[in-house]
Amino acid sequence: MARATPPNDHVPYAFERRIMARLADLPATDSWTAWAGMLWRAAAPCLGITLVLSVLTFASGSLGKQEAPLGEALESTVYAALTEPGD
Amino acid sequence: MERTDSELVAAVRAGDTAAFEELVREYQPRVFAMARRYARREEEVEDIVQEIFIKAYQRLETYRGEAPFEHWLMRLGVRTCYDFLRAHRRSREHRFADLTDAEEDWLDRFVAEPASAPEDADAARALVQRLLEMLSPKARLIITLLEIEERSVKEIAALTGWSVPLVKVRAFRARQEMRKCLQRLKPDEYV
Repeated sequence: MARATPPNDHVPYAFERRIMARLADLPATDSWTAWAGMLWRAAAPCLGITLVLSVLTFASGSLGKQEAPLGEALESTVYAALTEPGD
Repeated sequence: MERTDSELVAAVRAGDTAAFEELVREYQPRVFAMARRYARREEEVEDIVQEIFIKAYQRLETYRGEAPFEHWLMRLGVRTCYDFLRAHRRSREHRFADLTDAEEDWLDRFVAEPASAPEDADAARALVQRLLEMLSPKARLIITLLEIEERSVKEIAALTGWSVPLVKVRAFRARQEMRKCLQRLKPDEYV
């Protein structure tokens, strides 16, 4: 029954003029503004992820149990793929 | 001589904003009809249509001309309507008591003897509308496109940007959701 009654396609008088007027009122956006907007929108999720990761790190206590200095640990992680299993 | 859509799009891109008015004039009846499937109040319909055309103007650079302009515009329209549904989730706590006498009567007749219930009854239309409004935005979009507009799964995937398997899964869930909504309207007795 819903198929048999297609919705009305009536358009209010001079609706296209209204759209054109709205378009004329829109502020011109350059690519830098759009880029800044995207960065601003991404800020909140990034902050959230950083907080969650920080909490997880402290909760697991991995910082306290660290045996090797941070520099050495980083180096072994970076070179892990190049290191032979017997090394 | 009338310009083709491609010529009008090229003109708008070249800075002739007035050419966009011709595109709006050509496609606004179809866009209005689409928006009326998802919004009931006329002010909401006008807001949706306005948003669709403003987005189309702002994103015209992304139209590559591989498909007809109408397909591109309708895809944009479906996504805008979906965003509208998500932003305006009304209270979906309808109950049997919410049904009008006519709707209740039609539902009774339909359950007792489906063939005897008149398909063109206003009560039936109102009931379908009520059921659609109870659905989640995803379910409503899928049911509208698949069952009411009778589009194929492939077409829906192209319109929504969802994959074909995802459309099938969502269609299955949408039908289940619709059944639950009907149960909520007429608990114990039917379905």
